[in-house]
Amino acid sequence: MEENNLAISVKNLTRKFKDFVAVDNISFAVKKGEIFAFLGPNGAGKSTTIKMLTTLLWPTSGEILVNNFDPEKQQDKVRKSFGIVFQDPSLDEDLTAFENMQLHAYLYNVPSKIRNEKIKQLLEFVELWERKNNLVKTFSGGMKRRLEIARGLLHQPEILFLDEPTLGLDPQTRNHMWSYLKDINAKEQMTIFFTTHYMEEAEKIADRIAIIDHGKIVALGNAKQLEEQTKTKSLEEAFLALVGHEIREEEASNLDQLRMHRRMHHVDRR
Amino acid sequence: MQTIYILWLRQVKKYFRSRSRIIGSLGQPLLFLISFGFGFGSIYQKAGEGNYLQFLAPGIILMSVLFTAIFSGIDLIWDRQFGFLKETMVAPVSRLSIMFGKTLGGATVAIIQGLIVFVLTLVIGFRPTNFYLLPVALIFIILIALLFTAFGTAIASVLEDMQGFQLIMNFLVMPIFFLSGAFSPMEGLPKFMAIITRIDPLTYGVDGLRGSLIGSVHFGLGFDLLILALLTTLLLFIGSYLFFKIEV
Repeated sequence: MEENNLAISVKNLTRKFKDFVAVDNISFAVKKGEIFAFLGPNGAGKSTTIKMLTTLLWPTSGEILVNNFDPEKQQDKVRKSFGIVFQDPSLDEDLTAFENMQLHAYLYNVPSKIRNEKIKQLLEFVELWERKNNLVKTFSGGMKRRLEIARGLLHQPEILFLDEPTLGLDPQTRNHMWSYLKDINAKEQMTIFFTTHYMEEAEKIADRIAIIDHGKIVALGNAKQLEEQTKTKSLEEAFLALVGHEIREEEASNLDQLRMHRRMHHVDRR
Repeated sequence: MQTIYILWLRQVKKYFRSRSRIIGSLGQPLLFLISFGFGFGSIYQKAGEGNYLQFLAPGIILMSVLFTAIFSGIDLIWDRQFGFLKETMVAPVSRLSIMFGKTLGGATVAIIQGLIVFVLTLVIGFRPTNFYLLPVALIFIILIALLFTAFGTAIASVLEDMQGFQLIMNFLVMPIFFLSGAFSPMEGLPKFMAIITRIDPLTYGVDGLRGSLIGSVHFGLGFDLLILALLTTLLLFIGSYLFFKIEV
């Protein structure tokens, strides 16, 4: 493979948090226009990898190229070249859908001439144009996700990162969302890199899948190859054969507690 | 520039959108003005110090600037916990411009809040004696707003969540307000109080604002301005530094 045909190239990437090795010497490459999935149980190192690819975290060691730029040394070039939908919502709920888009357009320096037109086009694409002047806090989970996708596409990125994009969404919304994304992928040759722990999602959507566990890539290939490799009949069986049956506990976050806290805080401020 | 502008606009928009919050935050200064202003008025007068409301009003104006500024800064914790900060952190803009946009927005909101309370004091009976110095008074309000928004941002950059909020309120914000000479004259304080008061940055704001509004100043307007300008610059540096170190 030629170097410049790659959207992402990762060599011997490692990230440690004190003694804990979250990502352990992984290497992989994603071709331009490919849909690539990171499949793994909770705490496998999926989010840590995405954070390193998207300049939010520096690697302890190893090499990364995103669109042939180094996230550590060419931060802004990398940042301009990708869009991202985070695992947790990252919208400003006290602003309207349109204002969230507008803010993004300013941050990414989308030229003022095409700004509004592009926002309209994308909000129509995710079917939120009618609701453009509504505050985001009145939106359902699915609507927020769609808005985040529209926002991530606004500066016409070459890669779209999605970290557990369908977590907590109902099957209808999930289907809907992927149909948009596959559409864009086909039309614009936009690379999609997503993490998930839904096997059927990885199988159905991704061209290739990397199974990651304990910070290591334990297998890489399309669903068929993974099944052949493990001599199993479905991706689910292949997955379980590779990572085992044991249940992973993720460290509990206090986010839920905080949400409640904020609600109380807001109530007594208002 | 564009980044600073849009993040500034975000803060200001959100402020004007929460009308109930604006009205709600006027309750406390109003209560202080009425209960203390009129409550202590006669004792103050008997002590030969003149009109207490005149003395108190500048402190109350700065109280609302202080609270609004610190809260605007601390708002960063919500941005962080609810993910919006990530959206700005992966954008191809410098952290410094994010920090400045947010701080300027928060400070603007605090300044507006201070001006509203200023009008409120006029309604209640406060009368500035020197109209030529009103621009100077505004400079003091701006400096205090910037100083404490940066301070709030600095705190929010270090705090992981809202758990420490009460602690900061009771051991930092309240003492800053009560020990700033907003209620009582600087003259004749016991030594330890005099020292604490001098350490409190708000003291120089209260003194300066009082000086420019009613012509009674303890340290001198120039000195107050100098101290505040230095402290504001310092806090902006510290706030930026801590903001740079945030990992999301």
